[in-house]
Amino acid sequence: MLGSGILQGLAVTAKNFLGSYHDPARYTTVEYPEVKQQLPEAFRNFPFLVTENATDPMGTLRCVACQICEKECPPQCIFIEKSKDKKPDANGKLQIYPVVFAIDTSVCMSCQICVEVCPFDAIKMDQVYEIATTDRFDALLLNREQLAKPNEYFHQIHPTEAAEVDARLAADRKAAEEKAKAAAAAKAALPAKPAPAPVAKPAVVPPPTAPQSPGPAA
Amino acid sequence: MQDLSPGGAHVRAVHDEFHGDLLEVSMGPHHPSTHGVFRMVVTLDGERIVKLKPVFGYLHRNHEKLGEGTSYLGSMPYTDRLDYLCSMTNNWAYAVAVEKLAGLTVPERAEYVRVILAELTRLLNHTCLAGFLMQDCGCSGTPLMYAFREREKILDLFESLSGSRMMCNYQRFGGCRVDPPADWLARAQTLVDGYTAFLDEFEALLTGNEIVMARTQGVGCMSAALAVSAGVTGPALRATGVAHDLRKVDGYGVYPRFNFRVPLGAHGDVYDRYMIRVLEMRESVGILQQALAGLPGGPIMNPAAKLRGFRPKAGEAYGRIEGPKGEIGFYLISDGSPNPWRYRVRPPSFINLTILEDMCLGHTVADAVIILGSVDIVLGEVDR
Repeated sequence: MLGSGILQGLAVTAKNFLGSYHDPARYTTVEYPEVKQQLPEAFRNFPFLVTENATDPMGTLRCVACQICEKECPPQCIFIEKSKDKKPDANGKLQIYPVVFAIDTSVCMSCQICVEVCPFDAIKMDQVYEIATTDRFDALLLNREQLAKPNEYFHQIHPTEAAEVDARLAADRKAAEEKAKAAAAAKAALPAKPAPAPVAKPAVVPPPTAPQSPGPAA
Repeated sequence: MQDLSPGGAHVRAVHDEFHGDLLEVSMGPHHPSTHGVFRMVVTLDGERIVKLKPVFGYLHRNHEKLGEGTSYLGSMPYTDRLDYLCSMTNNWAYAVAVEKLAGLTVPERAEYVRVILAELTRLLNHTCLAGFLMQDCGCSGTPLMYAFREREKILDLFESLSGSRMMCNYQRFGGCRVDPPADWLARAQTLVDGYTAFLDEFEALLTGNEIVMARTQGVGCMSAALAVSAGVTGPALRATGVAHDLRKVDGYGVYPRFNFRVPLGAHGDVYDRYMIRVLEMRESVGILQQALAGLPGGPIMNPAAKLRGFRPKAGEAYGRIEGPKGEIGFYLISDGSPNPWRYRVRPPSFINLTILEDMCLGHTVADAVIILGSVDIVLGEVDR
């Protein structure tokens, strides 16, 4: 019958319209900004820098200014300037640190490649999305003070990933300590032995610009 | 010769010695029916189209040259932005090309996950297309909103897996970035189980609707010979009756393990192109059920794959998969450096668009709108 298809379609719309009054699954609108959807844990927006200690964020940045993220960033939105001196990091180890670490969030495309390539777990993705501003230039260029956020915050937004990272870093630290202890013990046991051949030394010591890993590589 | 420059007049009278007085109208680039910034310069005899010239490039962003300037990995997030409805399949096609180039194998679990995500992308794309097509027909709002309601559920899945709704950046060379956890797979299973009900509802709304049939049947016919000679792929080709689906032809990934059919059309008109997509969605639901049931354990990444310092040996490779819009392919030439020496995209939207004039001739302006809608273009991919 001509018109039966239209009537059938109208029945569908009527079902959906009336259904939205009593079936919550059919009423899918979220009244933003009064109501906010819960973000999935994996949600990513812009990067931030992880610091070990919230009271001294600039002194305990995990970043050692190795510039791998700067090189790998597809839209080239990261700018890093290395320090000339070295400062002790959260583990008390002397490290180069970034004097300037800036991310231009007007260029950043939130692809997470900086996070994936970072060997120090120093840069992670943030979840703050209400960041509209009327200034197109300076307000969107974030410096290291604005980017630094404590590790506790990282635990809040990405609990699973943060727990994995902490476990990995703790294991690395422990391995490094044991290695250092074993080296010290070996040294103490053989005091008479002459120092190791100096030829091998330059190969082990990294060039001054290379990143120094806090992990087992050190 | 008429001036077709972007700064040209939008409506003007032209004289043709065969047709007499004609009217040249510039549709777009800001017309809501053009699915982005696309312009059609149509020459009208009354309301009939006697000539149509597509003008595009408004969204050109130098994608291929950018690909030559960034590392292999760095191009992966850019492929999300080609066809921004189907980032998962774009990622996969690019990963296939690079894996061919570097000789990387992919673990079985990753192949299954790729199939699951590609079929979810197909559901998403075809659902949206059907909604947009009805919007173009003048069926304002309702079907599009129903389509977007379902699309949002798939995007929620993508977001909780990859971190982003549309710019997923999920595939990696030699596997996938994240292993889908069990609760994600359970959510995907719930969505797939409920999708057939949605398709039934959507079809009850549209497929038998007399207005839709009157509006789309016999409009924008494409012959099989024309489609093949123009290189048209995807649902637009299969609507003409040509059985060409790379999932069957190439049998890439783990597709040969799944039991599914390739729906074919008979007339190659707008209605066939709509219908093919609905039937393909039903087949996709079947593939998803099989893939979710047969998902093996094991690693998600090939341990030999390198993230930093990735340099495939010199050579060339073409990787292609059946995207929701057609054959999406990436052609790469490597000279052994960290960047590809040549990076070329085979965009299905763009190639399917080339025969727009042949489909539109003799039809009215209002028909040109739905013919364009049924080709299924995304300007991010057309202009690159």
